[in-house]
Amino acid sequence: MLETLDALKGEGLQSLAGLERAEDLPDWHRAYLGRKGRLTEALRGLGALSAEQRPAAGKRANEIKQELEAAFGRRQDELREAALEASLAGGGIDVTLPGRPVGPGHLHVSTRSLRRIREIFGEMGFQVYEAPEVETDENNFGLLNIPPYHPARDMWDTFWIDEGVVLRTHTSPGQIRCMREYFPHPIRVILPGKCYRYEQITPRSEHQFFQVEGLAVGHDIRMTDLIGTMREFARKMHGGGRELRIRGSYFPFTEPSIEIDMDCLLCAGKGCRVCKYTGWLEVAGAGMVHPVVLRNGGYDPAEWSGFAFGMGVERPVMLHHGIEDIRYFYGNDLRFLRQF
Amino acid sequence: MALRVPLKWLQDYVEHGLPADELAERLTLAGLEVESITAIGAGWAPDKVVVGRIARLDPHPDADRLCLATVEYGAAAPLTVVTGAPNILGYLSAGLPEQPLIAPFAMVGAELIDGHAGDGRKLKLKAGKIRGVVSEGMVCSEMELGLSENHEGIMLLPADAPVGAPLVDYLGDQVLEFDIKGGFAHLLSVFGVARETAAITGKPFNRAPLEAGEPGEAPISASPSFVQLEIADPDLCARYTAVLVEGIKVCPSPFWLQQRLLRAGQRPINAVVDVTNYVMLELGQPLHAFDYQTLRPDPGGEKPVIRVRRAKAGERMRTLDGAERTLDAEMLLITDGGGPVAIAGVMGGADSEIGDDTADVMLEAANFEFLSTRRTSQVLKLRTEAGDRFGKRMDPELCLRASLRAARLIAEICGGTVRAEYGDLYPRPFQPRTVELELPFLHRLLGVEISQEEVVAILRALEFEVREGEPLRVSPPSYRLDVTMAADLVEEVARIYGYARMSPTLVRDELPPQVRNRRLDGSERMRDLMTGCGLDEIITYSIISRQEDARLNPAPDADPPDGKFLAVQNPLADDRAHLRRRLLAGLLNTARENLRFQERVALFELGVVFHPVAGQVLPDEPLRLCALLAGRREPGSWHGGQDAAMLDFYDIKGVAETLHAGLEIENLSWQRGSDPAYHPGRSAIIVIGETEVGRLGELHPRVVAAFGLPPNPVCALEIDVEALLQLWREDRTMEPISIHPPILEDLAFIVDESLPAEQVRALIAQTGKPLLVEVALFDLFRGPALGPDKKSLAYALTYQAPDRTLTDKEVAKVRGKIVRRLESELGAVLRGEI
Repeated sequence: MLETLDALKGEGLQSLAGLERAEDLPDWHRAYLGRKGRLTEALRGLGALSAEQRPAAGKRANEIKQELEAAFGRRQDELREAALEASLAGGGIDVTLPGRPVGPGHLHVSTRSLRRIREIFGEMGFQVYEAPEVETDENNFGLLNIPPYHPARDMWDTFWIDEGVVLRTHTSPGQIRCMREYFPHPIRVILPGKCYRYEQITPRSEHQFFQVEGLAVGHDIRMTDLIGTMREFARKMHGGGRELRIRGSYFPFTEPSIEIDMDCLLCAGKGCRVCKYTGWLEVAGAGMVHPVVLRNGGYDPAEWSGFAFGMGVERPVMLHHGIEDIRYFYGNDLRFLRQF
Repeated sequence: MALRVPLKWLQDYVEHGLPADELAERLTLAGLEVESITAIGAGWAPDKVVVGRIARLDPHPDADRLCLATVEYGAAAPLTVVTGAPNILGYLSAGLPEQPLIAPFAMVGAELIDGHAGDGRKLKLKAGKIRGVVSEGMVCSEMELGLSENHEGIMLLPADAPVGAPLVDYLGDQVLEFDIKGGFAHLLSVFGVARETAAITGKPFNRAPLEAGEPGEAPISASPSFVQLEIADPDLCARYTAVLVEGIKVCPSPFWLQQRLLRAGQRPINAVVDVTNYVMLELGQPLHAFDYQTLRPDPGGEKPVIRVRRAKAGERMRTLDGAERTLDAEMLLITDGGGPVAIAGVMGGADSEIGDDTADVMLEAANFEFLSTRRTSQVLKLRTEAGDRFGKRMDPELCLRASLRAARLIAEICGGTVRAEYGDLYPRPFQPRTVELELPFLHRLLGVEISQEEVVAILRALEFEVREGEPLRVSPPSYRLDVTMAADLVEEVARIYGYARMSPTLVRDELPPQVRNRRLDGSERMRDLMTGCGLDEIITYSIISRQEDARLNPAPDADPPDGKFLAVQNPLADDRAHLRRRLLAGLLNTARENLRFQERVALFELGVVFHPVAGQVLPDEPLRLCALLAGRREPGSWHGGQDAAMLDFYDIKGVAETLHAGLEIENLSWQRGSDPAYHPGRSAIIVIGETEVGRLGELHPRVVAAFGLPPNPVCALEIDVEALLQLWREDRTMEPISIHPPILEDLAFIVDESLPAEQVRALIAQTGKPLLVEVALFDLFRGPALGPDKKSLAYALTYQAPDRTLTDKEVAKVRGKIVRRLESELGAVLRGEI
């Protein structure tokens, strides 16, 4: 009996070693170790043995079963490994073919810039306040200290909707709305949004554009705070070493009024075509909120002070990316928009 | 308002000693923005372009229209040039005039403007023969020197011009061009800029032009012997002065005056007009010159009458420019005994204009109410330099001085005498006022401690009277009507003190309460979800063509689908005159333009639209999101199959589902839509609860065609952003994840074709609760075996319990319930386990 078992083992191992394809393995397993396999059959033969022979033969049969199972397992691993190797060797693809597109779409370049501006001012505690695009003459002009026919109105070419209703020419009317809503709390907001001016569409001018207004009102808001805030912004937005130039200016809703220039991004202040050889680029118009405007917003100028600024969004984007024609922004050519 | 200040003129009033660019920088920092500096004579080489004297004229041997001029220019030997200048040629027969003929002379090698090209092109002067005679240089016209457009003859210089001197020394100059913002009339003159320059540089200020207008001893009254003055509407006219110059002869202005006017941007006309312009540019006060003989008395009266009054509605007059103007009752007129002679502050009348034979000139210098003048100018669409200036607050104290300054200049140039009595009616005289300035207020507003000494010095340099004390009591000069409160004084101090001297600080004031802006956060989340779906963001114009929007309703003669549009009263173009009510048309236009270059467009826009509301001054501005897909699913993909197919309803629905999933919005339903812009069978509205939050689908083929797009499906999604954000959930509680194994099985049902799949899914999900945790459609099949108008829907079901391993028996029970319910409620037939 033991000889038969040993022979079976030898035969099994030999046959196993001869198998070259993984798919033949199950047949072998069934043939030797299956329910109707040869080892099972051999084990059935144990019943015919004497009681003395049976334990040794049984033990032997179990050992052989384990050995065959182990050998099967090893062979299985070997063949899998070999098959994997073969497939790796032969299954190369053309890695230069384009991948399946999964890419995200593109945010509009103005949106990207607005997000960055909001983020920078957000870090300084400025929250976003939004106001309507169609405004009353009163909010857009009158309450901002620009009465009808005032010469300051020449600064804004206006689209009229109706008697007393305009498309806002700047984000400043939001100042009035914001103050009237926030009083008597201090204010620190930016007001980003679309503005409209009656201007022909050319490479340098658009009738629709974005502006970001800033407004801080408190008991201790100073001109130097305004300058510091704008410098912080310029450096975070345009790079660490940026320098500002502050000059006197005129806006009807600020007193004193200033204009803020930054050293030219392109020539670093040396003078070039873009900065008209001045070395400076206009960044924002700003100033201390005019006492009349503060009062119109509900804040007593004897107790409160504030600063305000307003800046364009498209112009710095144009400088950053070398865009020479503002019409690209709202012309929506995907060949342009997908570059950013 | 633009202002051009020639530096040589400026130097008459202040010797600042600064190079032009440095002066420009200092003025710019103080608030007088210099836009550009133009150098006159920058191209005139000092050794090539000089002052020359025409010493002799000889005929050209070979041409009647040319002559030979011998030009002395300081060198030992004169040079000979060939010229055909008409203003020289005459002297050939008549002989040289008594006054020497002095002219700009350019030698070979000089760079000049090409006078014949007429487009500003430059040429380098070469020696050459003209009709056989060598010309050794050129006597130049104003155009060739770049001074004006005049090429009629050569430029003749005054007899005292230094022969041989470089022309750039004699005639060169630099002109600062300013952009003066707002209503600052006091800055709109050479004198005003000089006053600022003196204050900034600390150099002395020469007030000679004002002193030239001192009235002296002569009597001043409202009724001098030569005119009767009346102001009927003193609210619009604070002062009216009149000065008479008699016995003049109208002639051209002298060289110096013409040069100054040209440099300041004014064309010389005749000495009377030129002087009024000159004094306006010098001092800022517009003047009007009447031909005195044309001014009429009242019927029966003896001396002319000047009456300042509002026009009668519909009253007419012919202005200097020849136009017949119809006036309204808010416009101020200057009238004489016979009727209107000028629109106050804006333009004179044609009848009293100065002519060549005018012998007596009456000069008007007045002060009109600025808002009224601007209104008149705007309503009549009549912009003049005088109107622009009177449209700002003018100094009422300046009137008489300016007209006397001008009258004396006219008498000097044109002969004649100034009548030694002056008309002056001043019903609303300048009231000096005092503005109090507390230094702590100044320090608080600026954040800088400027000493009282420096504050006072700055204000005094600006000609403010200051009485020291606490507070400072400050009286602004009469020309500073813009200064009315302490903040105005702070600005004056700050800009002269210099912003560069202020150290930046960060805000130290209390931080306001911080609140969340959910509308903005939600909008940004939506933008990210859209780009995540592969869509590109666009931003289109708010001002649109209503005709284009009407194309969204393909029914013939349809009304605009959504009611009324807001109109722009003064559009840039007549066909773009309305505010958008809806974003869709803008996306369709963008898609059409881009499909010329792309096989696929996937776009979105997020922005407000405008809905007028009856009884409301301002429209509603709801925030909308619109997405659009058109073209191939994946153009140019070599992967083929599904990728190459056309985008359809289910692509845009996928975008909508991603949007809702990204905002964690549940319980929404899709119902058939009826928007005429959409395909009637391939569109839906999105309903959450009772609210419609958006619509989507393939657009109506006629809409696609109307927008000029190719005849393929164009899919759109329109979302009411605020309605959707109401449902934006950010408060989800975590659902436990079961560690027990799920049981998966597939079920297929045959149902009527018309039954919406969502009903089947919803009923399965509802019936299977709570053990059925997921239902997903994985196959839709139609075929003859099922019978007509039938479809098979196959679902993958996942059963799972949070607390135990489910048995087949439990699952079988749930399955049985689902099958029975679908059979009885939906007439579904179980197609058997798959």
